[in-house]
Amino acid sequence: MTATATVGTTGPAIDKTLTEEEVVDRLWDGMTLGIGGWGSRRKPMSLVRAILRSDLKDLTLVSCGGPDVGMLCAAGKVRTLVFSFVTLDVIPLEPYFRRAREAGELRTRELDEGMFLLGLQAAAWRLPFLPTRAGLGSDLLALDPDLRTVTSPYPGPSGRPEELVAVPALPLDAALVHVNRADRAGNAQILDDDPFFDQVLLGAAAQGYLTCEELVDGGLAAHGGFRSLDVGRHLVAGVAHAPGGSHPTSCLPDRARDVPFLETYVRSAAETGGWERFREEWVDVPEAEYRSKVADR
Amino acid sequence: MSDGVQKLHDRDVATGVRVADVCVAALAETFRGDGEIVANPIGALPRVAGLLARATFEPLLLLPGRDAFFLDRDGEIEGWNPYRRMFDVVWSGRRHIVMGASQIDRYGNQNLAAIGPDPRRPERQLLGFRGAPGNTINHPTSYWVSRHSPRVFVEHVDVVCGIGYDRAAALGPDAARFHEIRLVVTDLAVLDFATRDHRMRLASVHPGVSVEDVVAATGFELAIDADVPETPVPDAAVLDLLATLDPDGTRHTEVAHREREGRSP
Repeated sequence: MTATATVGTTGPAIDKTLTEEEVVDRLWDGMTLGIGGWGSRRKPMSLVRAILRSDLKDLTLVSCGGPDVGMLCAAGKVRTLVFSFVTLDVIPLEPYFRRAREAGELRTRELDEGMFLLGLQAAAWRLPFLPTRAGLGSDLLALDPDLRTVTSPYPGPSGRPEELVAVPALPLDAALVHVNRADRAGNAQILDDDPFFDQVLLGAAAQGYLTCEELVDGGLAAHGGFRSLDVGRHLVAGVAHAPGGSHPTSCLPDRARDVPFLETYVRSAAETGGWERFREEWVDVPEAEYRSKVADR
Repeated sequence: MSDGVQKLHDRDVATGVRVADVCVAALAETFRGDGEIVANPIGALPRVAGLLARATFEPLLLLPGRDAFFLDRDGEIEGWNPYRRMFDVVWSGRRHIVMGASQIDRYGNQNLAAIGPDPRRPERQLLGFRGAPGNTINHPTSYWVSRHSPRVFVEHVDVVCGIGYDRAAALGPDAARFHEIRLVVTDLAVLDFATRDHRMRLASVHPGVSVEDVVAATGFELAIDADVPETPVPDAAVLDLLATLDPDGTRHTEVAHREREGRSP
């Protein structure tokens, strides 16, 4: 980590601010990347766009999937997807994810939503697995030959030990999360209704990167109360100031999801050369230009 | 089937009862006896069913509203239940979900992940497994199917997401002790698993629908008693309540096809 420190009277100030491009420069081919948010809510889309513009490839994605997964699939960036769903939420099915799946292009590891949480939690706690009933009897075990069960060392209600699913740890090389407000040291606040799995995603990652609607020099607790200080800087390697960075996904209370934009995106998947046109207009442009184009829509 | 639907349509004109009202009232019944748990009906019509259950016979139900909040009977936020905390609820068993099903079989095995014989390259990718495995093994589950058809009610689902009674039984009594598929409500009928081996049974047919209609719309053999009752039609008091609970009539959109069929010659 290359955080710069300025010596002040009370010790060095911590500054981990980066641009989106500088974050992407720290990523590498074949890595396992966790992406925060949920469906079409609070996705770090400015970082996703920066990845789409880069030559990064062969990613393993771990995501409560939305357009982040769809766009990265459309651009051929994904080798393996670890998921329990991919949805645009207001529009149930993600068109580019569907296309990649139906073409047999993706390696996948499918999980129940609770298993997904436990895998990240196990990684964050440096455990090899966490046990759960979720998954027992379903086809998840048949689909994933690496997924094992574990026998409880204690007797169950019948006197015999219970067999449980052993959800393997899902360690991440890096996690990308979009928040409402962060300071330069990487402390951050999620003012949205729901922090989703973002904290545990950062905990499971060797390096956590944030994008934020608002970047402040300090004093986070003055807004929103200390219960909203969801992310501690010990989990964060870099922060990029990205106002509107979650667009077209939501970032409440700053912004709702842009449904007409998502509809345009979905339509593009049904058109010949649709992705290429979408990409030219909405990906292969600098983020500042993206923001002004969104404002002009 | 069109004759039967026509009959309901005639009654609709006479009494104001519509297909969705019958479905909502039938689905509300699935929450009877649940007490102070999280009722989690997914979709517009199931949501009205949850509201109706709370407004009538299950006043203690907690109902998720928009996003991460529980909304009380006046629509005010009464609790915060973000995504991560929902798993505390699921794994504690204090929840009853109503899910949809892209496919369901005679034992209640459900698929909402993908259609086609090869799950690695599905013919149609759907949502994914979502929380179906964890839901079904941890707390009561019911299903709402807005179009009862042989494409949904199949001999074998392509991939088992929510687990049915045969899968649960194979796990043994300890693992299966929290598993319960309570009801399956469709646009044609109410189905349950009140048989010796928990095979799906035709519990009632909606007004204007015959047993033969349901059999024709089901891709496997249902358990059918000698006398199949008619699903109760909600009375005037319930209809008034529905007008208050769902003033925009969101419940009707999911079964609009039934009323269109009913009006066709």
